[in-house]
Amino acid sequence: MTQLPPPSAKKLGLVIDLDTCVGCHACVVSCKGWNTENYGVPLSDQNPYGADPSGTFLNRVHSYEVQPEQGAAQLIHFPKSCLHCEDAPCVTVCPTGASYKRVEDGIVLVNESDCIGCGLCAWACPYGARELDAAAGVMKKCTLCVDRIYNENLPEEDRQPACVRTCPAGARHFGDLGDENSAVSKLVADRGGFDLMPEQGTKPVNKYLPPRPKDVEPEYDILAPYLEPIAQDGKGFAAWLDKTLSALPGGTK
Amino acid sequence: MSLDQPQLDTSPFVSDEVRKTTCYMCACRCGINVHMKGGKVAYIEGNKDHPVNQGVLCAKGSAGIMQHNAPSRLRAPLRRVGPRGSGEFKEISWEEALTLATDWLKPIREKHPEKLAFFTGRDQSQSFTSFWAQGFGTPNYAAHGGFCSVNMAAAGIYTMGGAFWEFGQPDWDHTKLFMLFGVAEDHDSNPIKIGIGKIKARGARMIGVNPIRTGYNAVADDWVGITPGTDGLFILAMVHCLMKAGKVDLDYLARFTNAAVLVNQDASSDQFGLFLRDADGQPQVIDRRTGKLAPWNGQGVEPDLAATHMVKGITHRPVFHLMADRYLSDTYAPEAVAERCGIPAKRIRAIAADLARVAFDEAIELDRAWTDFRGIRHDKMVGRPVSFHAMRGISAHSNGFQTCRALHTLQIILGAVETPGGMRFKPPYPKPATAHPKPHGKVTPGAALDGPHLGYPHGPEDLLLDPDGNPTRIDKAFSWENPMSAHGLMHMVISNAHAGVPYKIDTLFMYMANMSWNSSMNVGGVHKMLTDTDENGDYVIPRIIYSDAYSSEMVAYADLILPDTTYLERHDCISLLDRPICEADGVADAIRWPVVEPDRDVRGFQSVLCELGARLGLPGFVNADGSQKYRDYADYITNHIRRPGVGPLAGFRNADGSGKGRGDVNPDQLQNYIDNGGFWIEHVPENAAYYKPFSNEYQAWAVKMGFYDVEQPYIFQLYVEPLRKFQAAAEGIGTRQPPDHLRGQIKKTMDPLPIWYPPFEDGHVDPEEYPIHALTQRPMAMYHSWGTQNAWLRQIHGHNPLYLPTKIWAANGFKDGDWARVTSAHGSITVPVAHQASLNESTVWTWNAIGKRKGAWALDEKAPEATKGFLLNHLIHELLPPRGDGLRWANSDPVTGQAAWFDLRVKIEKSATPNEAQPVMPAIKSPVAKGPDSMTWKVGK
Repeated sequence: MTQLPPPSAKKLGLVIDLDTCVGCHACVVSCKGWNTENYGVPLSDQNPYGADPSGTFLNRVHSYEVQPEQGAAQLIHFPKSCLHCEDAPCVTVCPTGASYKRVEDGIVLVNESDCIGCGLCAWACPYGARELDAAAGVMKKCTLCVDRIYNENLPEEDRQPACVRTCPAGARHFGDLGDENSAVSKLVADRGGFDLMPEQGTKPVNKYLPPRPKDVEPEYDILAPYLEPIAQDGKGFAAWLDKTLSALPGGTK
Repeated sequence: MSLDQPQLDTSPFVSDEVRKTTCYMCACRCGINVHMKGGKVAYIEGNKDHPVNQGVLCAKGSAGIMQHNAPSRLRAPLRRVGPRGSGEFKEISWEEALTLATDWLKPIREKHPEKLAFFTGRDQSQSFTSFWAQGFGTPNYAAHGGFCSVNMAAAGIYTMGGAFWEFGQPDWDHTKLFMLFGVAEDHDSNPIKIGIGKIKARGARMIGVNPIRTGYNAVADDWVGITPGTDGLFILAMVHCLMKAGKVDLDYLARFTNAAVLVNQDASSDQFGLFLRDADGQPQVIDRRTGKLAPWNGQGVEPDLAATHMVKGITHRPVFHLMADRYLSDTYAPEAVAERCGIPAKRIRAIAADLARVAFDEAIELDRAWTDFRGIRHDKMVGRPVSFHAMRGISAHSNGFQTCRALHTLQIILGAVETPGGMRFKPPYPKPATAHPKPHGKVTPGAALDGPHLGYPHGPEDLLLDPDGNPTRIDKAFSWENPMSAHGLMHMVISNAHAGVPYKIDTLFMYMANMSWNSSMNVGGVHKMLTDTDENGDYVIPRIIYSDAYSSEMVAYADLILPDTTYLERHDCISLLDRPICEADGVADAIRWPVVEPDRDVRGFQSVLCELGARLGLPGFVNADGSQKYRDYADYITNHIRRPGVGPLAGFRNADGSGKGRGDVNPDQLQNYIDNGGFWIEHVPENAAYYKPFSNEYQAWAVKMGFYDVEQPYIFQLYVEPLRKFQAAAEGIGTRQPPDHLRGQIKKTMDPLPIWYPPFEDGHVDPEEYPIHALTQRPMAMYHSWGTQNAWLRQIHGHNPLYLPTKIWAANGFKDGDWARVTSAHGSITVPVAHQASLNESTVWTWNAIGKRKGAWALDEKAPEATKGFLLNHLIHELLPPRGDGLRWANSDPVTGQAAWFDLRVKIEKSATPNEAQPVMPAIKSPVAKGPDSMTWKVGK
């Protein structure tokens, strides 16, 4: 089995805002595009034009319906990829050392040349975040775009994961969650960011920001005065017009 | 195992080169960076400098690489060899193809140019294709707006000089309350997502009004699950509440709208309902300074919203009085509309109150001075930070035009258009109806049409009718059936051509329009029309030419196929003369250019038109010596001059590239665009950034930029006088009279002030028998994209069950995996169903255009899109069911002709599970090979 390094000071990860994610799948496809062309073997597709197309994706968006006790049902879009856990069971379960957690920034990676495609890591991951590529027989997972975030061949502003760079709604944030003063750490603190399935004890680095309360019953008493009818004295239209127009600067006449 | 980490190169090679062009995966037209490796497309990302997407890119855009390499790409010109609809073709050369097209079209032009119907679907080069059609001389040209969102566009132009998307956007940086009506994904795809992200980050509030809670509506703070077709009623109820409480921006209404314009109130006058005008034709108001009549635009005039005026015994009242008469009525009280809208009265009031609270209690001010067209100086820009956006959801109904008008009225009475925090126009908009062309349709054999096809009629005199009163266009646009059909009616072309009404045509020429599938109502019927033969065995529609880049369902129904390139292999211009990409703070245009050359015998459609135009000798396409004027589309983009100093591209004009907006031809213009990232933008001066229709600063800048040649400030038209002119004609006034059977409809629907009436289908089918509303949306990952053959996107959205609300699900005892038979007055389909709780209780829906025909798009015939996928189109007919009056009424908006897709009513019953979704259409033979069984796509080494 493979050992985890001592926790790194720098903990790179994603903060995903479930209040803002519109479920557009932009992150899914941008990730597919970058990682097909870059890190390791391409993300393959089987029967891409056939009856049962399936392919390798490192990031997928799931949608869940939630029925609150009161009020209308809600739909939550939930993007999911590797959470780069501090206690990553996918690493410790790896029989070859192919799965590892980087000492310098905590990113969990697969060294494909050592991967035998046994699938133990995917079995160990409670989040279902790893996918065995059917064409290459090696395990694929989110790399946090390790080949982008430090890449000196990219302009500095582009040194972020492809999914973050492309997210149209700005629902994905990348940064150092080990630094409590980082923008992502502050976001987590401000918005009550949470761990996914904390009971699993994996200590995920990635955090999710919860959806804000929806369909909150309006404060009718406070709002009612805004629609107080202007003319209530029975004089009808003429009175209404007169009173309405008296609101104009300088009156009506 | 050890803790040794493998050596990792964290700065790997990225690409040889980045080529910046414009996306075409939908109508949004984002800037993209195309990373090249070894001459091949390796990766596509958003362009950070681009005004539309500012670096982000949606799923479609990132999947462009799969579209560009799709196995469904056509490979060479094709000539039909089997019967129409069979898909049997032979490949021919371009010379043969162009000779054939010329041989077909030349005789038509010489004798009966109208016998060519040229309709261009999802065309992004309409200023060019319409110029070609105008040169040909046929009146029969339009793109797909008539079956998309013309209600929104026309209502916006007539009311305030622009609507949403290309015309305007919420002031995302300042708005505090954003209300979204009936939008699933829709046009303006990335900008809306960016905007929602901005308001979410600021903690501003968003209300979604939609029968379906998905996508944007899923993240809205409040969801209003309205009953389809009742948006106008809901909006007018809020107008009622706001007016009754006096929560309207009176100063704004008086100064910047026609609320103070005087209207003739003598029902016996032939001027009844028309504006009081002076000798110069200017509408009159009472000037509060003098109490006397004054033109609306007189210097220093302060229009009076209250004063009436008597002329020769005839009372004239300001528009504001008429609005009060109508909207203060209890007809529009929340209690009166609640049940019909499916929204409790209390909730309607709460939303109206919230609009009032934010607009007036949370008003914002920008310290920017500006001067209005009456010469009055304003020290500040005062904003009402409530904003709205809407698109197809409210417009694709037979009451859509008036509903869109109602929404604009709500925006305007709150003072929330072109003010900070409200809605902002995108230059070259705003542009009132009076600044647009009128429709033209005068045919002269062998010569050009008398002017641009599409435009905005201002009264019956502008209709395109022959001396007998019959429509002169094949789609009956600009006729009494739909007088303000500003985008034409592409969806009526095939059925009218087949019926020979108003006349028979010879050649149907279409581009990028899947009219034999998801873009037509009554799909099976359309197949019959396209393949029907006359008594001689000839096709009723004699010839069909079609251009597409892909093996779409339409290909099989054409006689000649002109294969187009992919969007990465072509030149295009996203022109200010057309449907521009501008943003509220800047005027912008953009290009596409061949970042790779085609590896097939295909040509950009616009370049083909340059050559075909020359072969036909069309004016504008030949030099004086008869030779071809434009080598290709790139040549046209660079050298065409529309008006002095104004060409297809506004940037980098003059030989040295210095010209902005206006200037001479620049031979290096395209290279200048490429060097600038594929686009050009010029920012609006700060003091002209708001109040654009009324601002001297903006008007001067607009003329300088070449949007128009003289300053033309205007006021918003709460009361649309041209509507009244059509209504007056229906009442018997004037010499140009509608046929009797249309009088009632015109009187009722062409009201100069917004109204609501039930969707027409409600009056033609029994709502008791068909109690359920059926809608479609396109998924965000596919909106407006061309086909679902994209290998990556189809893994995300390859199935489209019909989603049922809890009430219907439970009432029928449905379980997961069940199928249902869905029946409308027109037809029946049997389809898989799924449960969704977050739905209006009487609404069902599915993803549109997932369903594919077997044999199309290079997909396996067992692909789920072809076996379980389905279209609601089978349930919708272009005509409403007969109702015993001996007439067949169009299933469209009576004002604009917009296809009323969302009026559909159905009933649902549980069905045995069939092998495939019903109806099953026979497979068509594919003109291209099937796609590969597996794919490991990586172009780099």
